[in-house]
Amino acid sequence: MTAYLITNVSVLGAAPTDLLIRDGVVAETGVGLTAAGAVVVDGTGLVALPGLVDLHTHLREPGREDAETVETGSRAAALGGYTAVCAMANTSPVADTAGVVEQVWRLGREAGLVDVQPIGAVTVGLAGERLAELGAMADSAARVRIFSDDGHCVADPRLMRRALEYVKAFDGVVAQHAEEPRLTEGAQMHEGEISTRLGLTGWPAVAEEAIIARDVLLAEHVGSRLHICHVSTAGSVGVLRQAKARGVRVTAEVTPHHLLLTDEKAVTYDPVYKVNPPLRTAADVAALRTALAEGVVDIVATDHAPHAVEDKECEWAYARPGMLGLETALSITLDVLGPRWDLIAERMSRTPARIAGLTEHGHDPAPGAPANLTLVDPAAQRVIEPTELASRSSNTPYARMTLPGRIVATFLRGEATVLDGKAVK
Amino acid sequence: MIRHLLSSADLDAGTALQILDTAAEMATVAGREVKKLPALRGRTVVNLFYEDSTRTRISFEAAAKRLSADVINFSVKGSSVAKGESLKDTALTLQAMGADAVVVRHPASGAPYQLADWIDGSVVNAGDGTHEHPTQALLDAYTMRSRLGRLAGLSVAVVGDVLHSRVARSNVLLLSTLGAKVTLVGPPPLIPVDIAAALAPGTAVCYDLDSVLPQSDVVMMLRVQRERMNDSYFPSAREYARRYGLDGSRMRRLPEHAIVMHPGPMNRGMEITSEVADSPRSTIVEQVANGVSVRMAVLYLLLGGNNR
Repeated sequence: MTAYLITNVSVLGAAPTDLLIRDGVVAETGVGLTAAGAVVVDGTGLVALPGLVDLHTHLREPGREDAETVETGSRAAALGGYTAVCAMANTSPVADTAGVVEQVWRLGREAGLVDVQPIGAVTVGLAGERLAELGAMADSAARVRIFSDDGHCVADPRLMRRALEYVKAFDGVVAQHAEEPRLTEGAQMHEGEISTRLGLTGWPAVAEEAIIARDVLLAEHVGSRLHICHVSTAGSVGVLRQAKARGVRVTAEVTPHHLLLTDEKAVTYDPVYKVNPPLRTAADVAALRTALAEGVVDIVATDHAPHAVEDKECEWAYARPGMLGLETALSITLDVLGPRWDLIAERMSRTPARIAGLTEHGHDPAPGAPANLTLVDPAAQRVIEPTELASRSSNTPYARMTLPGRIVATFLRGEATVLDGKAVK
Repeated sequence: MIRHLLSSADLDAGTALQILDTAAEMATVAGREVKKLPALRGRTVVNLFYEDSTRTRISFEAAAKRLSADVINFSVKGSSVAKGESLKDTALTLQAMGADAVVVRHPASGAPYQLADWIDGSVVNAGDGTHEHPTQALLDAYTMRSRLGRLAGLSVAVVGDVLHSRVARSNVLLLSTLGAKVTLVGPPPLIPVDIAAALAPGTAVCYDLDSVLPQSDVVMMLRVQRERMNDSYFPSAREYARRYGLDGSRMRRLPEHAIVMHPGPMNRGMEITSEVADSPRSTIVEQVANGVSVRMAVLYLLLGGNNR
């Protein structure tokens, strides 16, 4: 196993030091380390972070390998500084059995670029009618702990209550896609001034907030863990703030795009900006940024959603919702939070690892810690070129934008997955 | 002159008035024995219709033919579109055929914007989803000016299903640009959120038709689909007609000079009674005739106008 000596690197913004990585762990830290046979990585000017953990990734395999595969998505993740991603269940077939989650888990192992932790569907076929075999998925080799019908809301309150209760048996968590379906029939974008002008059916903020309000009450009632996917409105932040103050065991994520972009982007009718939940207003963006800094929203999760060209190069109403995120998430979080490295590590690595139960991830680079880490050049500026991304798809909303920060290297259990800004395999 | 006509917001007051003045000249052609001008000879106009709309299509077809353009009608039925060809591939096909202008009707809001990105010719929005229908707004403005002699300062009530109406959006934008005062009237679920901020700051909203009528110079009734009641926008067709339909007694609350408009096709007995539709105040048939003149003006100015 190759050893790596990272020299003169700033761990989470602290004074520069050296990091020796050997046998899958951080073996030693300190100034002026030497190690015979180790590959030296010059860390001058770079910041070392615990490897990022994404709680919300769509890898599209099985079923839409034309848009992304476990391998291409893993490569995009490693290039984005991730060492673990949680793969959403809305594949084809749906990841609602032990067989499918084990297939995804095995594909992740074979790709070997990040740990791929499958998420299991809450209901059979994401249909919202009856529970999938959650226990079988939990007991499988994939050891599923997060369950989500993402893309669809578990709208039936009785079913949601049962799911929250059932997963207590194996310390699972239900990740809710909060969208009251009757309030969003035909919805195309945020309901507001812009949707009125564009004649696109509105997706009202209340459709998200009503479900979050209901579900925090359900979670409180049954004493279960609840996670809210892609919070997008100021009102949702208010509901979460109150629930957390009462001690409800709820966590929440925000996507990079909801931290940066607004519904104004829809005015060109370019479906690259179509996403679910939709881009909201500047006031929502401001509330989400504050909530993320304060911890009312616990983590950044990408909702990386690759789509084939023909699913995006079409009429807005016919386009599939979603945008790429893995290779740009850290840059946007850095842009939004500034170089507050401990806070970034908390929101992008430690807390998501804790929610997902990924005990090998989310540890700061220190002697004895698993060597899952990434090196960032905070001074770099990148112009995003869609065709240069490692994802098989190119539906990034940041095309030709200049974003701060660049991932220089990523290590998974001591093995380099990215060096010199390039994937090693 | 602008290159495309995608939205009434593309038109400033000067351009809009130029189109209306040109339409007035075009209207004189309709009175001649030979209803044809050579202006667009050798030019190709494609009518690309993804929705059935015989009225709008033949209006554009007549307009293009009176200007001597070659007209190709490309509709969903009997074309590759029905087999699932993408809008982009269709656009590339039209581009390869050398279409100088594409008149597009599409059920998806915004589709003409994408088309305009993909082809070199001019694109005219002939109605996209629930977004806009700018030539309808132009023909409505033309009709108002013909009947009432002016547009600035007019009070126009637009009544009905504003939420789903591309005609309403285009009219609010154009009439505001031309100095008219628009009041939107309808049951609250059919009035879209933030409409004044979205379209024109001076736009008013009122839920009571009777209180609006005495101050109105123009009442424009929008088509209301009966199926909307199944989605709880209003309880029943009868209740809709009672509260927001224009019947004879309501019409008599209007000022003496006021006119009644409807973009067609009408639901007689729903938003408008036959007594009103067939009355001298009604401009419904004139609107159809004016539509050809206005569309001639638009095609002429986009394709053959003063910039060439």
